[in-house]
Amino acid sequence: MTLPAGLARILPMLATLALLVAAISLVSPGFLDISVANGRLYGSPIDVLNRGAPVALLAIGMTLVIATGGIDLSVGAVMAICGAVAAKMVTLGYPLPLTLLAALATGAACGLWNGLLVSVLRIQPIIATLILMVAGRGIAQLVTEGAILTFSDPGFAFLGSGAILSVPFPVLLWTAAAVGTILVLRRTALGFLIEAVGVNARAAYRAGVNTRATIIAVYVVSGLCAALAGLVVTADIRGADANNAGLWLELDAILAVVIGGNSLLGGRFSIVASLIGAMITQTVNTGILLAGFPPEYNLLIKAWIVLVILLVQSPRLRPLLARRRASRQGTPT
Amino acid sequence: MSARLLPFAVTCAIFVLAYGLAWLQFPAILSTRVIGNLLTDNAYLGIVAVGMTVVILSGGIDLSVGAVIAFSGVFIGVMLRDTGLHPYAVFLLLLAITTLFGLAMGAVIHLLEMPPFIVTLAGMFMARGAAYVLSIDSIPIRHPAIEAIQSAYWLMPGKGRLTLIAGLMLLTVAAVTLLIHRSPFGTRVMAVGGDARTARLLGVDVGRTTVAVYGLSGFCAGLAGVVFAVYTSAGYSLATVGTELDAIAAVVIGGTLLTGGSGFVPGTLIGVLIMGLIQTYIVFDGTLSSWWTKIVIGMLLFGFVALQKGLVQLRTGDRAARRRAARQSGRHRATA
Repeated sequence: MTLPAGLARILPMLATLALLVAAISLVSPGFLDISVANGRLYGSPIDVLNRGAPVALLAIGMTLVIATGGIDLSVGAVMAICGAVAAKMVTLGYPLPLTLLAALATGAACGLWNGLLVSVLRIQPIIATLILMVAGRGIAQLVTEGAILTFSDPGFAFLGSGAILSVPFPVLLWTAAAVGTILVLRRTALGFLIEAVGVNARAAYRAGVNTRATIIAVYVVSGLCAALAGLVVTADIRGADANNAGLWLELDAILAVVIGGNSLLGGRFSIVASLIGAMITQTVNTGILLAGFPPEYNLLIKAWIVLVILLVQSPRLRPLLARRRASRQGTPT
Repeated sequence: MSARLLPFAVTCAIFVLAYGLAWLQFPAILSTRVIGNLLTDNAYLGIVAVGMTVVILSGGIDLSVGAVIAFSGVFIGVMLRDTGLHPYAVFLLLLAITTLFGLAMGAVIHLLEMPPFIVTLAGMFMARGAAYVLSIDSIPIRHPAIEAIQSAYWLMPGKGRLTLIAGLMLLTVAAVTLLIHRSPFGTRVMAVGGDARTARLLGVDVGRTTVAVYGLSGFCAGLAGVVFAVYTSAGYSLATVGTELDAIAAVVIGGTLLTGGSGFVPGTLIGVLIMGLIQTYIVFDGTLSSWWTKIVIGMLLFGFVALQKGLVQLRTGDRAARRRAARQSGRHRATA
């Protein structure tokens, strides 16, 4: 039996997720229950999808950046900046659409800065984005003037806690963003160009790919995704916290991409796999709480899961597994 | 001046210039007291940044160090509280654990050919997680031996205090400087960081060097953990979050190339002192908010990276010009 290539690619991640869900359901039987109350879905699976929204949004942009062989460490700080800008504008009385546009523009500008550093100045991505990661929280604090800016605009709060057709808005937002990005990338040559840059930037350049524009574009997309994630987080707590909004989420997003089987060296990528990766980490977080483990164990368990997943994907182990599979297929049954 | 030492010279010049400007505004800042405090307050960061320098020189990165420092504090606190071990025995045990932890990460990076970024990220989760499991509360660290370390200092002229932990930091910088710039091990680290494949062809044991580099970083992180525990008299699992970023920033400001293979260890100390000076200046000023520290460090980072890019371009440009000149002189000889 042969599977379609796309499905075969994400099968290991789906299996991991299913295994995790099964294990958690054994420990806490009510894990898969979903109920509707006050015109809104409730239950642990919905909770996972909802709480995983910021990391899922970041993972979309991060997948593209990593596919070009880069990395974006600044997304957490960009979330804080965009959240601060949005909260500031809402409290100053600007209309909501203008506020949202300003936040998105801020995210795009941050991405443009990163992209220019990486593609024009040719600074290593890890250090180019480290600059904004360090300075970004300072900039966000400059906007909020060191305080936590709270607001009560119901329209803005809807982004974080509203629901359409009883589905929480953050879930709709990240699925829509993912579907939109995948359609644009796969219905056009853009996705292919990104992979070409990631596999061999010089060869892509010689073949006529505008590598500079491609690299800038992926960092801008990553900045936009960070802006969306920042809006969701800010709307959820109805306040902009420059110190803690999106703190360490860049690491969670990178982890989601890696768990999704995308190579940090760039090249072929799958956004769907990254999103499943994001849901795996969120399921682990929620599952550990539900299973009654003390939350202190959360990080240790996460570290071991990451190590096991990495071990399975290790370039050294893969040939061994492939050889075994080949020998098994070779023997007639 | 060699291109390797130029970034170091620029870092030193910026430090002296910044200190001079601060001195013009606040003459009191130029005293051995302030300098002594600068060294003591940043002792743990200096030690951990030196370990990070070696990792970065080898072409890698170690994100676990901040979590290892936090683990160290909690470990020391719990051991002193629950066992009758002498602090020095606990310190030795801790250094053994963190060194082994670093060696293990190095082994995973080398044997499984996995990116250091992800392996040390998992290491960060693991060390921080182990600290949580030991204790989620802040544990006071009290012992006559530790109080003796805390109150040990050498009185500098001008009543400044060079504390024992500051001295330990300077000693670490000196030892690692010798190790990297004056020993065969240092040459191997530079070779691996410059080009791992060429290093292998030249007969360098890349695997052993990589594992040793992360072991050294683990040792430095453990030592920094001891210093931090002595400095704060407490172990807390949420302490030193993000210290790895401060360390990386100090390394870059100190003139080490993040691509590996080129740098000068004492530059990192100056990088740490520049970052400490910014904080001291903000304390002296009193009206500036603390977030300016982050913005200024970000701008410094950008400045240094841009400077290094310019230097590298200058060097390759020189080489191209020389090659062109050589070709031309060759043609002249052919026509003559």
